Amino acid sequence: MSQKVLLSSREIHIILHRLACQLIENHLDFKNTVLIGIQPRGKYLADRLARLLRDEYGVRDIQLGYLDITFYRDDFRRGEKPLEANKTQIDFLVENSKVVFIDDVLYTGRSIRAALTAIQSFGRPAEIELLTLIDRRFSRHLPIQPDYRGRQVDAINREKVKVMWEENEGEDVIYLVDN
Amino acid sequence: MSELSVNHLLGIKYIKEADIQLIFETADHFKEVINRPIKKVPSLRDITIANLFFENSTRTRLSFELAEKRLSADVINFSAAQSSVKKGETLIDTVNNILSMKVDMVVMRHPNPGAGVFLSQNIQASIVNAGDGAHEHPTQALLDSYSIRERLGDVAGKNVVIVGDILHSRVALSNIFALKLQGANVKVCGPLTLIPKYIGTLGIEVEPDLRKALQWCDVANMLRVQNERMDISYFPSTREYTQQFGVDRALLDSLDKEIVIMHPGPINRGVEITSDVADSKQAIILNQVENGVAIRMAVIYLLASKIKN
Repeated sequence: MSQKVLLSSREIHIILHRLACQLIENHLDFKNTVLIGIQPRGKYLADRLARLLRDEYGVRDIQLGYLDITFYRDDFRRGEKPLEANKTQIDFLVENSKVVFIDDVLYTGRSIRAALTAIQSFGRPAEIELLTLIDRRFSRHLPIQPDYRGRQVDAINREKVKVMWEENEGEDVIYLVDN
Repeated sequence: MSELSVNHLLGIKYIKEADIQLIFETADHFKEVINRPIKKVPSLRDITIANLFFENSTRTRLSFELAEKRLSADVINFSAAQSSVKKGETLIDTVNNILSMKVDMVVMRHPNPGAGVFLSQNIQASIVNAGDGAHEHPTQALLDSYSIRERLGDVAGKNVVIVGDILHSRVALSNIFALKLQGANVKVCGPLTLIPKYIGTLGIEVEPDLRKALQWCDVANMLRVQNERMDISYFPSTREYTQQFGVDRALLDSLDKEIVIMHPGPINRGVEITSDVADSKQAIILNQVENGVAIRMAVIYLLASKIKN
């Protein structure tokens, strides 16, 4: 197994600030916007962006939720490993609001497809956008593309993108791992 | 652990403590789902479930059916009263006929103990026991423990007394297995005629004095007197039963602590508990019903995930 650094802590820092600014550009005061982290890994990115928007850019009243897509996945009973659910926490209705899905890596697009179905249980959003830190090019199974992307990478199927966060692993760093 | 150790839920006797915890954790997620504006997930859209009720049931059948529909399964219902069972068809023939229609899972209530086990050995489908005679009613015991966990934080170390007709109760037996497995202390209380002779072999103490039992416990699970299963008289009169084993407000107020009151339903108001107790904050009877749907969703989801595509 070999791994190389895709993004360093410094690069991640700059990208997060850029993504935050792009969000502000489109959503201004976030009055009618909700941020939804896709469980399990999108939660950390969503938390980080929400904190950045609040602390560094003075955006108040950010609505942040976490959406678990386990029960909406299309590979139930099809994989080797049983699916494990995570907590969904959306304490508001998304009816008529602008939803931004936040996930760390966009790969086949199937998780986002599931999220698009799942979010409808909380109302009919006015629109849905997708923000992703790493966009794996040429690997989509579905016609799904991000509206905000941190970095686009070319990776072959056996390679894996590993995103590590300071709050869990002690350091912000993204690796490309070859199994 | 993320997978059940069994392919059927035939009784609590056949599962492990880790299975119970997995079911509870999954039920936590489903409880959140059933409190959403849209209470449905698509997980089981390619699964068909037959609810076979060879014995009357209202709430259990509704609860299972709702759980199945919330998971998007296709559901067919069967009740013995309107079926060929009356014409003399055997259990295996009835079920095999239904399975020929490509059914993946069977939820069955049957008057004979062991009917679920028998079926699991003879047919190719996941079986969920929804009550077999006076033997087991595993989903009821799971939702009871889940409700205790929700109210008191944990089941381990809690004192639980099961009051009433233990002899005819599948709820009692499944509850005893489930509570012991999770490390709770269990006693039973009721007329000695309605307590099985060998209850001691389960490691359960009998406390014939209701007041002492309530004083000891954190949770009292009040069972219904199952008149329909009684072939002889087990106690002189309902009035006498109520005087000795009925819980009313005055009795609860005379204790020096507040205990949790449970009841699997249907309640005989004024017999095992009075209305003011059943409708009080101490009673979690309606929470049990709500949790029943979440628990059954969890059980069905976890069993379905083991059916290979």
